[in-house]
Amino acid sequence: MSFPILSSLVVVPIVGALLLLFVKDDEPHAALVRNVSLMVSVLVFAETLLLWSRFNAASADFQFVERYAWIPQFGISYAVGVDGISLFLLVLTGFLTPLALLSSWESVHTKTRAFCMFVLLLEAAMIGVFISLDLFLFYVFWDAMLVPMYFLIGIWGYERRIYAAVKFILYTMAGSVLMLLAILGLAVLHNAQMGSYSFDLQRMYTLSIPEPLQFWFFLAFTVAFAIKVPLFPFHTWLPDAHVEAPTAGSVILAGVLLKMGTYGLVRFAFPLFPAAAAYFAPLLGVLAVVGIIYGALVAMVQPDMKKLVAYSSVSHLGFVVLGIAAMNTQGVQGAVYQMLNHGVSTGGLFLIVGMLSDRRHTRLIAEYGGLKRIVPHLVAAFLIVTLSSIGLPGLNGFVGEFLILLGAFRADPKLAAFAATGVILSATYMLWMFQRVNYGEVTNEKNAVLPDLKPRERLVIVPVIAMTILMGVLPNLFLRPMEPSVERVLGLMQRNQTLRAANTHQPSAISRQP
Amino acid sequence: MMSSLNAIVPILCVTAAGLAAMIAESFRDRGEAMPIAGLGIVGLVGAALASMLLWDRNLSSFGVVTADNFGLFVTWILIIVGLFSMVLAGPTIERERLPLGEFYALTLFSLAGMMLMAIASDLLIIFLALEVLSIPVYVLTGIRRDRATAVEASFKYFLLGAFSSAFFLYGIAFTYGLTGTTRLDRIGSLMAAQAMSPTPMQLLAVGLLFVGFAFKVSAVPFHMWTPDAYEGAPPAVTGFMSTGVKAAAFAAFARVFLAAFEPLRGDWSAVLWVVAAATMILGTFVGVTQTSVKRMLAYSSIAHGGYLLLAILSANDLGKGAVLFYLLTYAVTNLGAFGVIGLLENRTDANDHIEDYAGLWNEHPALAAAMTIFLLSLGGFPPMAGFIAKWYVFSAAMKAGYSTLAIVGVLTSVVSVFFYLRVVVMMYMTPAGGRVRFPAVPRAAGVALAVSAILIFYLGILPTRVLDWAAASISTIF
Repeated sequence: MSFPILSSLVVVPIVGALLLLFVKDDEPHAALVRNVSLMVSVLVFAETLLLWSRFNAASADFQFVERYAWIPQFGISYAVGVDGISLFLLVLTGFLTPLALLSSWESVHTKTRAFCMFVLLLEAAMIGVFISLDLFLFYVFWDAMLVPMYFLIGIWGYERRIYAAVKFILYTMAGSVLMLLAILGLAVLHNAQMGSYSFDLQRMYTLSIPEPLQFWFFLAFTVAFAIKVPLFPFHTWLPDAHVEAPTAGSVILAGVLLKMGTYGLVRFAFPLFPAAAAYFAPLLGVLAVVGIIYGALVAMVQPDMKKLVAYSSVSHLGFVVLGIAAMNTQGVQGAVYQMLNHGVSTGGLFLIVGMLSDRRHTRLIAEYGGLKRIVPHLVAAFLIVTLSSIGLPGLNGFVGEFLILLGAFRADPKLAAFAATGVILSATYMLWMFQRVNYGEVTNEKNAVLPDLKPRERLVIVPVIAMTILMGVLPNLFLRPMEPSVERVLGLMQRNQTLRAANTHQPSAISRQP
Repeated sequence: MMSSLNAIVPILCVTAAGLAAMIAESFRDRGEAMPIAGLGIVGLVGAALASMLLWDRNLSSFGVVTADNFGLFVTWILIIVGLFSMVLAGPTIERERLPLGEFYALTLFSLAGMMLMAIASDLLIIFLALEVLSIPVYVLTGIRRDRATAVEASFKYFLLGAFSSAFFLYGIAFTYGLTGTTRLDRIGSLMAAQAMSPTPMQLLAVGLLFVGFAFKVSAVPFHMWTPDAYEGAPPAVTGFMSTGVKAAAFAAFARVFLAAFEPLRGDWSAVLWVVAAATMILGTFVGVTQTSVKRMLAYSSIAHGGYLLLAILSANDLGKGAVLFYLLTYAVTNLGAFGVIGLLENRTDANDHIEDYAGLWNEHPALAAAMTIFLLSLGGFPPMAGFIAKWYVFSAAMKAGYSTLAIVGVLTSVVSVFFYLRVVVMMYMTPAGGRVRFPAVPRAAGVALAVSAILIFYLGILPTRVLDWAAASISTIF
């Protein structure tokens, strides 16, 4: 029995958070608290890198699987494993959490201990979501993750933090409880077909689910995930949560939490209910494109940088959903890759906006201007992250968007054409914001004396920039290990082809798929 | 003769402790401190040991009381309720200078009644138990005689309680008239013989019994007394009655409806469907509008009653186990929550307005954390016990095909999260108003709250053993 590395990824942050309970919660000990939590999160990141190095890139199966009976009465097991899709999301989580903690080094003064504890607990829950191979376990992590995020927004956020925190938690819960019922329904179905309860994901893949049920279950799962993504028109919680959250919260929210929705679509909703997925995929594609364009247009008129980045997330995540809805190799692979890209670039954008608002205590674009001469290093970092978010070739964003558009074009050229306008729009709003903030004359004299990047901030932003370049130049480093798993998921999605052949009642609206 | 007493030994232990408490009180000088709570705890521990010995033996006393595993599981829940209530009542009794011995004696007598109700297998014994458990609770509700709200609460509770007892008694009378017996098993077999075409008389009997139970478990539309009674009573008593009375009443409810009147299921299930839905919805939505934390928890307990009704309605193996597990987690959680409310009270002010909780985190981080755990568990967040309990209920509902009710259940529990979180928002995210001074937490009460918080995590993360017990409990009956 080898070292249970996946479980340790969950356990280490929890133990770290509990350890913090033994440190006094006052100002003299705040530095110790920060250092301990940073070390814990760096340890987790190191573990995710170790996982990557030992990951067998040629295999499509789940690796490092651990499986123990947990609540045998219901057939619930503690089953975790990682494949090419979840591997990089784990690495991303491990990568962003230390940065989020570092970014809050000086901006969080009150209740530092609780803050660090919540960040670590959040990390544990996020990792748990990505490694669960049991639907019950997945749901537990999915819901448990809400609580620390709620506190992060509600305690350390900006003016309207309480409203944003409550909206965040209620919105997400409202979606997820219906998924809970669908999960229960699957277990009952498993009991009816196989004679025992089970929540095991891989067994669920083998279940033959009657069509009407597939539609209901797919809807229940997809609404839960769509709220999380957030897919238009379920996105209204996102700008509030993003704007009101502290920088660390925004980074994790944008970087990792939103990916849970798209990850859920790839891992659960589409492969579990292939016939329903094929039926709803065109609709999801349309919603995704609406989200791309709507998010971009709304982003363009935002006076607040954080809100602008938040709406840009709606737009970018629309691309991810579009890739998944294309249901072909390029689309899905691009979608998974774009999840990572978005995590890195939008995480980076929030970090930079956080740095600016730490200095000036405002996020309004109009308050800035001409920063290029005052803080050249900060602006240089800002530029690279902005370009990566736009999708400049050579940086990470390009690869993902290209693959997604390719996949979408194969599925439906019209949709791809509309989606492509989103690429142009994103260049417009990002560059326009960049220009207004950094170029021109210094119009506000408060900006004239801003300090440039501090060593701590360099430590935060350099890894992000390194990652954008690495992912842009060597995409195969990531795409190769992903490929077998993506193919396997697509194989599961295509089960309906045979099913459809056998079933003449299939609605004709789905025949768009090649 | 003596051996036939075996099944009621746990009840005798508690009754003996209650008598001892009364005698001790009569020898107590005014203002003298006496460890009367210790007597009660000894009695409860004795009852726990006795019921451990009775486990799996399915003993029966006098043919009207059956200590089967179902009853024993509920007995354990009641013992836990008793232990927590006694410990958490300490600070209240001291602060309000309540009569120590009377308080504990009444609590113990009421517990004895609840335990009898849990194992009764005869309608008359259930009625007897109902009265034995209710009368001390009426008194406890109004034990702060100098407060108008307490007297009002007590009086309201008493009147409506008496009213519901009458319904219940009529139900028994009709049942007896139809079947010539009050034993649940015989009623069951006689009903089964003529279940094909239920007579109006049968339906009347079921209906009257249903109303009687619905009052006790505060199901809509018989819930009117609940918020007033819960608000007027001292929080320690509210914790006791919101969990103990509910546990005992649901145990008897399950026994009567799933054993004796199971053959008439087709007739009562539709009514129960509507009542369960109404209870969940009304409890939750009215809870949202409350500004007093006690009233809010009163409505939340109504809503939780709705989930329990859903479990009874589902009536499969999962549902019966779910009733037991839910009662246990609900008891532990609600006692903790009311324990916190009781600690925040002071002599002149209930301090239970939602704004009074502002800034609790700064002054009492541990107390705020405990309250958060209780509230999140009530809201059904993993990895707290409340999540597993709801999971269990909704599994039962899905299996039984009540998916509409399950949807109502999950959506109302999302809405309920809104009002549970309002308290959390106050505690953590709002600066203290400066009006309320939070008193120190006595050691015993602190330990009790810590234990219940730990239990909540234990039941939420490692529920296997307790689920096994719950499953073993339902295999012996029905």
